[in-house]
Amino acid sequence: MFYREAGEFKTSYKADQATFPIRFDRIFFWSVTAFAFLVVPFLINDYWEKAVFIPFMVFALAALGLNILTGYCGQVSLGTGGFMAVGAYACYKLMTAFPDLNMVPIIFLSGAVTAAVGILFGLPSLRIKGFYLAVATLAAQFFLVWLFNKVPWFYNYSATGQITAPERTVFGFAVTGAAAQPATTYLFCLAFLFVFAWVARNLVRGRIGRSWMAIRDMDIAAEIIGVNPLRTKLSAFAVSSFYIGMAGALFFALWQGAAEVTEAFGINQSFMVLFMIIIGGLGSIFGSLVGAAFMVLLPVLFKNIFVGAFGWPTDLSQYLQLMLVGGLIIFFLIVEPHGIAALWRTTKEKLRLWPFPH
Amino acid sequence: MAFVDPGQIRDADAGQKGDVLLRVEDVSLSFGGVKAITAISFDIKQGEIRAIIGPNGAGKTSMLNVINGFYHPQEGEIWFRGKKRKALKPHQIANEGIARTFQNIALFKGMSTLDNIMTGRLTKMKKNMFWQAIWRGPAEREEIEHREVVERIIDFLEIQHIRKTSVGRLPYGLQKRVELGRALAAEPALLLLDEPMAGMNVEEKEDMSRFIIDVNQQFGTTIALIEHDMGVVMDLSDRVVVLDYGKKIGDGPPDEVRRNQDVIDAYLGVAHD
Repeated sequence: MFYREAGEFKTSYKADQATFPIRFDRIFFWSVTAFAFLVVPFLINDYWEKAVFIPFMVFALAALGLNILTGYCGQVSLGTGGFMAVGAYACYKLMTAFPDLNMVPIIFLSGAVTAAVGILFGLPSLRIKGFYLAVATLAAQFFLVWLFNKVPWFYNYSATGQITAPERTVFGFAVTGAAAQPATTYLFCLAFLFVFAWVARNLVRGRIGRSWMAIRDMDIAAEIIGVNPLRTKLSAFAVSSFYIGMAGALFFALWQGAAEVTEAFGINQSFMVLFMIIIGGLGSIFGSLVGAAFMVLLPVLFKNIFVGAFGWPTDLSQYLQLMLVGGLIIFFLIVEPHGIAALWRTTKEKLRLWPFPH
Repeated sequence: MAFVDPGQIRDADAGQKGDVLLRVEDVSLSFGGVKAITAISFDIKQGEIRAIIGPNGAGKTSMLNVINGFYHPQEGEIWFRGKKRKALKPHQIANEGIARTFQNIALFKGMSTLDNIMTGRLTKMKKNMFWQAIWRGPAEREEIEHREVVERIIDFLEIQHIRKTSVGRLPYGLQKRVELGRALAAEPALLLLDEPMAGMNVEEKEDMSRFIIDVNQQFGTTIALIEHDMGVVMDLSDRVVVLDYGKKIGDGPPDEVRRNQDVIDAYLGVAHD
């Protein structure tokens, strides 16, 4: 009835450290998951797939990745777009080099390739931090995009310089190319998002997550209690890039179907993902998902309301949206640096007491 | 050692009470032209509380930084557990069994009390990323195992009520206590405390003194502490080493040090000719 833990007594540490310690949360989470897996695939159409669900899931994965690096380990990165490009091009090369390979391992391998590249570009983090590291990752962003433009091997010497996803299947169902059904691509992305959101949650709650957060909060103290800064920072770069690489691969293969590197993986993409985790909440898994949902749904919502219902010109609605996002970022940075996730936490704490004031 | 079940076998490396645990030999440390420490030698024996005192700028904190590997001395040797120590990184020294607290609290502000103390167990947690990602099974079992140890520390320090509070929101005295808890969680052979009672009121000092004595007596942890409150130092410590201007001017039991003319001069101040 009420949202509270009264009457729920934890008798083991296992129960105490569960992800959803309150029964209401648990029921709510599993209902949403069941709905997403069992009901949505039957209702989904092309518009919802391409405009809402797939972009949300792709960016949620990327936001999870960046949040691991920036929110949990405190290493600011502006190279997200570049790393997504690595994932996308790795995916393309794997798809064309091994036409019979199932899409699942292809996505994993794209992530793994990106993780290796991420470790390489993470090396400067051992010497520099803060703004300077952000600039170093910015260099990665521009270098990677330049590389994929410059070296024709990456796009298989195609005349346009674009990469296009051929049709590939999972268990006989097409997930890429023109024949892919909305329900199939949706389920494919959802499975990845569900599993890897879960994995992210597991990583941040245990030994590795605490090492990351220790480095984020005070690197010198972390080192003195026995955290190896080299391994910890590089592991954050590796895991983060793995997520972002998978997001890039899904972005290219399942969502866009074709990509041109400057346009698809430019600096705008890096900022977009950074805004997601700032608005959603730094250092929060839930925040990554909310931030991604917010940034993906906002344009759709604006378009439907202002252009669709009110008949305003498209550019006006777009500018309005830019102004709103900019305003919100300033608002969150000043008022609530931990984003929507923190607001949500505060609301829940208030709810526990409601309707009594204390 | 500390916080394991009674009756469990002691660490094989842990020597007998009274053996020399750590010896500093002729250590000199300078920053450019500034000599922070000049040819200092002393030892810390198994099971004792060793105080390091001296006026401001005497080189006490530099000495602790040398012991836990944050600074590498230009000259001199450090012997730990009977072996000469190589130049190690701080995180390697933490693995060797030296833990410390800081003069200015160095807690992880974004984490809860429980998580902060759990970070003290990081050197003892071994499950790799694969098991961590799966969580169910080995990683979860390991987590619970260490949680039990940490909960005993929380009980010991009487901070059960702030277990899940973010440490940034805690008052100063409690933050100091959480920091002690984090150092204890590593079950160190040697615990370095840098001004554990700085800025505390009398009641908080008494609490902290009680914890320090309990840690030393119940768990046999060797402690080296820096402190300015002479009353506390004289009551707590077994032996005191006195530094002034980077040099050692006194070493011995509290009563002896108290009568040492050089020490009195350093504290009261005499004209340096």
